[in-house]
Amino acid sequence: MHGTRILEEADRLMTVCNSCRYCEGLCAVFPAMEMRRAFSDGDLNYLANLCHGCGACYTDCQFSPPHEFNVNVPRTLAIARADSYAAYAWPRAFSGLFARNGLAISIIAALSVAAFIFGFAAFNDRRLLFGIHTGPGAFYRLMPHNAMAALFGAAFLYAIMALVMGVRAFWRDIGEPFGLVADPPSLWQAIKDAGQLRYLDGGGVGCVNEDERPSDQRKIYHHLTFYGFGLCFASTTVATLYHYVWAREAPYPWWDLPVVLGTLGGVGLLIGPAGLLAEKWKRDPALVDQARMGMDVAFIVMLFMTSLTGMALLLLRETPAMGALLALHLGVVFALFITMPYGKFVHGIYRFVALVRYARERRMMAGTV
Amino acid sequence: MVDLSRKFDVLVVGGGNAALCAAISARRTGAEVLVLEGAPKFYRGGNTRHTRNMRCAHDAATDILTGPYTEQEFWEDLQRVTGGETDEELARHMIAESKDVLGWIAEQGVRWQPSLGGTLGLGRTNSFFLGGGRAMLNALYLTAEKLGVDILYDAEVLDLEIDNGMFLSATLKQGDADVTVRAATLVAAAGGFEANIEWLKQYWGDAADNFLIRGTPYNRGSILKMLLDRGVQEVGDPTQCHAVAIDARAPKFDGGIITRHDSVVFGIVVNRHATRFYDEGEDIWPKRYAIWGRLVAAQPDQIAYIIFDASVRNSFMPTLFPPIEAPTIAELAGKFDLDPATLEKTIADFNAAVRPGTFDHTILDDCRTEGLTPPKTHWARKIETPPYYAYPVRPGITFTYLGTRVNRQARMLMKDGKPAANMFAAGEIMAGNVLGKGYAAGIGMTIGSVFGRIAGREAARHARN
Repeated sequence: MHGTRILEEADRLMTVCNSCRYCEGLCAVFPAMEMRRAFSDGDLNYLANLCHGCGACYTDCQFSPPHEFNVNVPRTLAIARADSYAAYAWPRAFSGLFARNGLAISIIAALSVAAFIFGFAAFNDRRLLFGIHTGPGAFYRLMPHNAMAALFGAAFLYAIMALVMGVRAFWRDIGEPFGLVADPPSLWQAIKDAGQLRYLDGGGVGCVNEDERPSDQRKIYHHLTFYGFGLCFASTTVATLYHYVWAREAPYPWWDLPVVLGTLGGVGLLIGPAGLLAEKWKRDPALVDQARMGMDVAFIVMLFMTSLTGMALLLLRETPAMGALLALHLGVVFALFITMPYGKFVHGIYRFVALVRYARERRMMAGTV
Repeated sequence: MVDLSRKFDVLVVGGGNAALCAAISARRTGAEVLVLEGAPKFYRGGNTRHTRNMRCAHDAATDILTGPYTEQEFWEDLQRVTGGETDEELARHMIAESKDVLGWIAEQGVRWQPSLGGTLGLGRTNSFFLGGGRAMLNALYLTAEKLGVDILYDAEVLDLEIDNGMFLSATLKQGDADVTVRAATLVAAAGGFEANIEWLKQYWGDAADNFLIRGTPYNRGSILKMLLDRGVQEVGDPTQCHAVAIDARAPKFDGGIITRHDSVVFGIVVNRHATRFYDEGEDIWPKRYAIWGRLVAAQPDQIAYIIFDASVRNSFMPTLFPPIEAPTIAELAGKFDLDPATLEKTIADFNAAVRPGTFDHTILDDCRTEGLTPPKTHWARKIETPPYYAYPVRPGITFTYLGTRVNRQARMLMKDGKPAANMFAAGEIMAGNVLGKGYAAGIGMTIGSVFGRIAGREAARHARN
């Protein structure tokens, strides 16, 4: 017996799949399944998070609906996966945020933006707020750098803390409390697998999305999103170093590293999420966890808005719109940070952990651990 | 919409591996091709849906094959499994062509992978489809569509107009209406009649009602019957079919590979009277796998039970349907309406006859019974560790052997021995030419791809001349 009905269904499917095994070359899920004969809740949550949702096994399966065996692994694991996000949320009291995630993220984002606009208006007089500011320290005339750093530093640390606690719960659930940090080769393997999205390719030909024609669209858009996000993060990090180490204050000229990184990342973070959203819209409903559409869309939109407001700020930073745009951008980024542990962002974290475990299991099977 | 009023160069009837290989090769030879698949889109492809590999000759190891498999070795294997019931000229031709097909199939978008978990015995001889048979079909269909082959689903052919070995037209169902379509040549690749219970009953009587069909319900053999009725020469034993033991709880049709059982060697098999009827340790995989369907078909009510104990519970691949479990033999018997006393005696007699030995299921080991009829000549170990388990099994029909005779060009031969003017056949519908009986893993796909490719090419050439 399993904790939920969807885990019961996942168990049924893994029993069907384990007596077939035709899909074992498509991704990591099926080889991991073959290492087991019975499946605990933790095993199923591990497999659910290992699944990248490429959809190939659904299209390749001779038993997918309308066949009476009704094998739909991508959707079943998608539902189990989203359930697991709520189960691992820290603190537990916040796991309800996953229930109507699209609504929750929207409200938090709106409140966050409103708070920054209100704060900017309350602490600055109108002339300052709608004035033109240029040169080093322009942004900090509206919000002191130390206040900004303290606020965002705290939000970021909180997100990290909550994510670490979630990973801890996941790691315990799948029954490997120590392996994560104790096995660098598995960690490195997982970094490579995640970095290339190795298992988002249907075993080599691409994802299945709207029909049986495989394509690399989702992979490309995800790369743009992920690496775009990474570049934006790098931009912020470089800027922080500039500020504290070399005492160089933002805004920086267009050719300077933080702006170049941020612009490149921002472009990726516009095209990537837009593409992912378009792909999601076209996706065969049979593959989708319809109830969690809001969570997926909310995260994609948050990333898109982060980039859009950031780019707008860059373009219009020497105009009277700068104050309002800065409040908007900071509001969106703040909301993104504090909701990271309570939204689709966690998929990357748990999937990475699942990949570490998979790499470790592979090494154990091969006798190298 | 496909314009059915125009005359096609090549009409392919069927939608599996052989049909698609024929369609693609005909199209690549320059022909206008129409494929008529009788099944709906999801069930397209007949038995190909459930396949997973193909046996092709190759002179050296490849990325996915662990070693060479020469034409000669392939030929020897084929001779052995068919007991010589094969057309040597055709068979050798097929084997020679199979070498080239390994690469040709990949060029049509099909992807290979090393042998699947649990099938290590085939790693040298057989190339496995990445994602299985349906993935293979999907790739072939995509390629055919890209090349401009017209494909219709739910397009059951109701009649073939054939005049003295000359194909003229086919009548098919399209929605509620019947439509006639003309073509210069016909490629029949519509499989056997294993899903046609009434036809099977002609040879098996009411026992056929208890058969389970491993593939789709669309393999009804109607094209085969039309061709034989219109003067095409038949080949293969009409009474024979390939059958394996599959779980009795499997659906009537399309249970595919996952309903099979390969646990016979780990226990004993009894019939409805709770008595043994055949040596469970006679031979090694895959032969033992292939004989049990027919053995069960010969038992009363066409049912049997594989019985084993807790000591071997995890010795074979996990099964779709879990084994039925009971703490005692008598209780196990009660779950199947078997006579408890008889089953207890059968197992007690078996246990008493087991001689000590060293168990190894990968070879013909020395664990055997003595003084028992029938004996268990290998892998015999006592059934004495509770709980006890049983799988109920029935015959699972895979394919039939009856077909149309063809020549090296895959051209059908008429009853008078003359080649048909413009009719070709490929796949299961002509498999009996090279596979008169028995089976070797993956050979059905070899027959389909090799003769499909030949039939398409020859049909296209004929149409253009």
